Amino acid sequence: MSGDPAVREGRDETGTARTGQAARRPPPAPAGPAAIEVSHLTKVFGERTAVSDVSFSVAGGEVFGFLGPNGAGKTTTVRTLGTLIAPSSGSAIVAGIPLSPKNGPAIRSRISMMPESPGLYLRLTVLENLQCFAGLYKLDDVRGRIDRTLGAVNLEDRARDQCGSLSKGLRQRVALARALLNDPAVLFLDEPTSGLDPVATREVHELIASLRERGVTIFLTTHRLEEAERLCHRVAILNTTLRVIGRPDELRKQLFRRSVDVRLRALLDDPKAVFGAVPEIIEGWEQTPSGYTLTVSDPDLAAPALARALVGAHADILSIAESHHSLEDVYLELIDEDVEAKSR
Amino acid sequence: MSFSWTRVGAILHKELRDYRRNRFVIGTMAAMPVLFIILPMIQLFVANATGNTAHLNTRIGLSLLYMLVIPVTMPSVLSAYSVVGEREQGTLEPVLTTPIRREEFLIAKALAAFVPTLVIAYAVFGIFLAAAALFAHPVIASAIYAGTHVLVQLLFTPLLAGWAIWVGIAVSARSADVRAAQQLSMLGSLPPLIIVALMSLNVITVSTALAIGLAAALLAFDLLAWRVVAAMFDRERLVTGRRG
Repeated sequence: MSGDPAVREGRDETGTARTGQAARRPPPAPAGPAAIEVSHLTKVFGERTAVSDVSFSVAGGEVFGFLGPNGAGKTTTVRTLGTLIAPSSGSAIVAGIPLSPKNGPAIRSRISMMPESPGLYLRLTVLENLQCFAGLYKLDDVRGRIDRTLGAVNLEDRARDQCGSLSKGLRQRVALARALLNDPAVLFLDEPTSGLDPVATREVHELIASLRERGVTIFLTTHRLEEAERLCHRVAILNTTLRVIGRPDELRKQLFRRSVDVRLRALLDDPKAVFGAVPEIIEGWEQTPSGYTLTVSDPDLAAPALARALVGAHADILSIAESHHSLEDVYLELIDEDVEAKSR
Repeated sequence: MSFSWTRVGAILHKELRDYRRNRFVIGTMAAMPVLFIILPMIQLFVANATGNTAHLNTRIGLSLLYMLVIPVTMPSVLSAYSVVGEREQGTLEPVLTTPIRREEFLIAKALAAFVPTLVIAYAVFGIFLAAAALFAHPVIASAIYAGTHVLVQLLFTPLLAGWAIWVGIAVSARSADVRAAQQLSMLGSLPPLIIVALMSLNVITVSTALAIGLAAALLAFDLLAWRVVAAMFDRERLVTGRRG
């Protein structure tokens, strides 16, 4: 994995599903052989370093989220792994083949990339677009494959439609069908829901989730954090360098101490005395407009003890709940750190 | 992975389908033959068959030169669009992410401009020859069929088209704007036409050997242009706009 000490590597534990969020979360990441191995990858354009010393691996069958702000180097990394651009230094193995100019066609035959823009030939029909790409991959049973991929994206009845007549969401689905034509060992999706409305976004999410169930290795770049949280086994946050990598819940644990939010009808007269009664559980607290946020070692232990202490202090309790930090909180925390570091 | 005609065919087929549904391309392909058959015909029928032989030859040369404008201008416009146009449409990157090799991509793009050009240019020339045989004064008809006129036309039509195509693709691969690419491409495709013009207008007296020699030289330039264009074709530059 990363040689960069700044990278906070997530552990391989599976974790226990929690209520609410858990239902949407992907299953544990597969532990098969690596589909992508990246080691100290750097790409420099002139004076500007787009990607610096990035190392990570993606297991076969894993959905790997690659997050970062605009200009963080996400697309550059994808293009490098897809052999569209050459790395300045570092190495990688993609779909079992070492990255090199000589191996470009071999790697490209085993992967698929869906760029941010669908890039369809708008004067051609859906079928003609797919026939063209089936020819580029030199596929057998072209019609059968096209029928299967159109079925996978629920577009069987639009095969004869001209792509120019399709909505943005449908075009994205055609692009996804095109990317699936060659049964890729690794599927790179670059901002697949960029510019889509919520309904089209949901459709693309469902398609990605179905590919995940089929065990397709997916490398997903996005800056939609809820998308990554919902679809990805693991995520990496990139901001030229790799800032963090791991399961979303692990990243939350790494960056944020566990805490409990207490909402009361009225603030306590002497909170120090109440919270001080359970010092072995409560590590610290701060007042909020509607109550208190308490840093705790274990919310499951803290909540009942806290309830007893509050009842003992005659407080009117509205709610006691574990604080939830989203992936967005993790992301913003890291990016803010970078902004602060740059301004120093 | 070796060179694949299947991949060349996939791009070529797509390009030809795309042309058929593009009104601009269809309009250009339809208007050009009409324009370049009318002007030579006028030259043919207003020429004085009983007058000065040199003057008659110049008239005939001018007629044939008009028709050689087709293999210069038509592929120039098509090939100038071939790379930068796809980049503007966002269709280039998906193609470059497939196993296609640059040689396959370039040959496919070149053939997509070459095939319709050759079909139209030879068709126009065929109509011209037929019209000359059927309707022109016998002296004019025999002057057209005699000498090196037909040979020059047959040899230089594909060679001029080849040069225009490689210049067009080279410009297209380096341009950021379709219109600029088409203008530059047109300019770059003209130099060989000057030699042909000098032959057509009898400034250079053309023997069969000289015509074949000049055609061989243009063929060599075409092959050199293909090598240069292949070397210039850089995926990274095409995708990022920066040199790899």
